[in-house]
Amino acid sequence: MSLWMWLLFSCLLAYAWKLLGYLVPASVLRDPRMSRVAGTMTIGLLASLTIVNTVASGQTLALDARLGALAAAGTALLLRAPFLVVVLAGAGAAAGLRLLGWG
Amino acid sequence: MRLLQSPAVRVGLSISIATGLYGVSFGALSVTSGLDFWQTMALSLLLFSGGSQFAFIGVVAGGGSGVAAMGAATLLGMRNGIYGMQVNALLRPRGLLRFAAAHVTIDESTATSTGQTDPLEQKRGFWTAGLGIFVLWNLFTAVGALAGASLGDPKQWGLDGAAVAAFLGLLWPRLKGREPVAIAVVCALATVLAVPFVPAGVPILVAAVVAAAIGWFSHGRSDEGLEPDMDPYAERPHPHGRPSGDAA
Repeated sequence: MSLWMWLLFSCLLAYAWKLLGYLVPASVLRDPRMSRVAGTMTIGLLASLTIVNTVASGQTLALDARLGALAAAGTALLLRAPFLVVVLAGAGAAAGLRLLGWG
Repeated sequence: MRLLQSPAVRVGLSISIATGLYGVSFGALSVTSGLDFWQTMALSLLLFSGGSQFAFIGVVAGGGSGVAAMGAATLLGMRNGIYGMQVNALLRPRGLLRFAAAHVTIDESTATSTGQTDPLEQKRGFWTAGLGIFVLWNLFTAVGALAGASLGDPKQWGLDGAAVAAFLGLLWPRLKGREPVAIAVVCALATVLAVPFVPAGVPILVAAVVAAAIGWFSHGRSDEGLEPDMDPYAERPHPHGRPSGDAA
């Protein structure tokens, strides 16, 4: 039940951000600093989520098949593959490496 | 049929299909992260912001607490407030329409709208992309969630690798130039250093604080990192949909 609670709070807060842009006078949010923080935080969070999902295993660091997924996804992105192909490349690399007995 | 001749409507429809389709990967990853079908659907219906949804399930999958998942999802949603301000300035929705517009204010609907110059096209682009993505994203989330639930051991299918790829795919369009790359590297390092010392999920919030501090104290583009996950105007002969004026 507790996960449901945090999940619904997340939905509420996500909507609150969106609505804030419509309700707050533009002058308040026009400060370029707010826009910059929103942007750098987007980059930082996505970079962090990428690396956490690659090397973290609870509170320990582990090098396993997920590293192969990162490399495969990076390669697919360099080749300008669409998002779904990138995701499939990541899954395929991790599954393939495990079949070969690594990670 | 005349609507289909509107450039913004056409861009909005194609971005709806492209974005909606990757709802499959969200649905599948969400149920294999430990959320059930209805929790997965609640995220797509009510939270409705791809990056934040992936962040929520990414923290849960890594063993993080619900409150850490909420923190990551909420911080990642801040940019939607900036988008709301931009769309509000362009479309000026009134009354109850504002509350609906807010819900579909995401990367792609904002980018579709701001890429047009004609006010009517801006409005059409926003609503076509916003509503189109909402419908397809939820439909494909359900497909992915049902498929994911029948997969068995997610590791055997490399679904943890799929999550890694999804986050890199979301980050990638924002890495234009040296500054965003430097921010990404610093935040990734901060995350790795924090992992052994704090509970799962918290390293992501540490990185958010580092990123916010960089944004607050350094000078640079004020729209850094605000590129959409999917650029509606990528690989088109007329970038930014400029030739829209005469079609309205």
